[in-house]
Amino acid sequence: MTYEFDFSALLPYWREFAWGALLTLQLSALSTVLGFILGTLCAIGRADGPRWVKFLVACYVEVIRNTPLLVQVFIVYFGIATLGIRVSANMAAVIALVVNVGAYTSEIVRAGLESVHKSQLEAADCLGLSRPQIYWHVVLRPAVERVYPALTSQYVLLMLASSITSQISAEELTAVANRIQSDTFRSFETYIVVGVIYLALSFVVRIALGLFGLAVFVRRRKLGTAL
Amino acid sequence: MPTFSLVHLEFLGWAALWTLGLSAIAFIGGGLVGFAVALARISPVRGLRWAAIGYIQIVQGTPLLILLFLIYFGIAILGFSEVPALAAAGLGLTIYSSGFLAEIWRGCIQSVPRTQWEAAECLALTPWQRMTRVILPQAARIATAPTVGFLVQIVKNTSLASVVGFVELAQAGKLINNSIFEPFTVFMVVAAIYFAICFPLSTWSRSLERKLNVGRR
Repeated sequence: MTYEFDFSALLPYWREFAWGALLTLQLSALSTVLGFILGTLCAIGRADGPRWVKFLVACYVEVIRNTPLLVQVFIVYFGIATLGIRVSANMAAVIALVVNVGAYTSEIVRAGLESVHKSQLEAADCLGLSRPQIYWHVVLRPAVERVYPALTSQYVLLMLASSITSQISAEELTAVANRIQSDTFRSFETYIVVGVIYLALSFVVRIALGLFGLAVFVRRRKLGTAL
Repeated sequence: MPTFSLVHLEFLGWAALWTLGLSAIAFIGGGLVGFAVALARISPVRGLRWAAIGYIQIVQGTPLLILLFLIYFGIAILGFSEVPALAAAGLGLTIYSSGFLAEIWRGCIQSVPRTQWEAAECLALTPWQRMTRVILPQAARIATAPTVGFLVQIVKNTSLASVVGFVELAQAGKLINNSIFEPFTVFMVVAAIYFAICFPLSTWSRSLERKLNVGRR
């Protein structure tokens, strides 16, 4: 083995690496927020909606969870184009990631919804709360609090999976890496650096979501106990 | 302009077999490595434990795509000029699935009740006997459902092997699309084939979960 590692060739590109990391964070943050909203709506629809809504959500979840993200990304990017609507690569990436993570979120949140005890709902009914009030105060908050760790893992996985969108040349960290390695011919070093950046990002995302959880779930912060 | 035809479908069928083959390699290889890592992760030797934790954190904290690129270029650096794509893809997916299977199985081994470990010790079983006769048979029951569930992840993630030039289902779809440019049809068919492979596995995993009743205790 005569290979000489040369990381110095990558030094001039540190700005681009940082920019790529920022883009990846932006992409995954946007997809996380939209995916959470979509997933929660689907979970509610599946738990409480009319029969056709339940059926539709079930189909959506099964189809997304049993096909690869890469193929979903291709279908969104190339498929939408053949329908005559032009979307940018990044737009297609966000759509695909939101649709993807929405399905996983809905399954996780559904587990949370099921864990809310029936007597809680009856109590809320007796107190004369309206349906939206019941959902917001009695069902959704404790449900999400309970499954929050699972959601955190899912969103870290989403951040890592967003690298797949480089395959349709969406602008993010992996795409930046692909460009840098073809500029410098230092492929191995480039991907080591990018791997380390992803590793750091996954820690950062995990910690950030943990802090966010502490900020949002007041009950947990004050009592420090699991629900 | 040719359109999507039976010839293309046949090509996709062969590619689907490669997807299955690659999944099998990843599962068997990942299972062997993952099992060793799972045991190291709960070993009484601190160094071994920390090494296993580090390995799992690194594998789970980097995207599979980057892992595949690293192996692809890394093998070239080691001096093998002609790397079969199957080897690079197989190695990458093996490492990937070992990192996740190790953590799944560690959880299963540790969820065998503490009293079983103690009882085995009281019966003067050696650590080896305790593991093979008492703990692992019970852990295997708990592990079946999540392992089958993870199989779905492996099948789906073989689609990334296309980046190192391995022609499996997703790559075959890309190739066909390049020649006939009917992306919607082609990738819908590709997705349908993936679904046909993965959905029975998901259903099986769920029914196992219900049967063993480990989901809700």
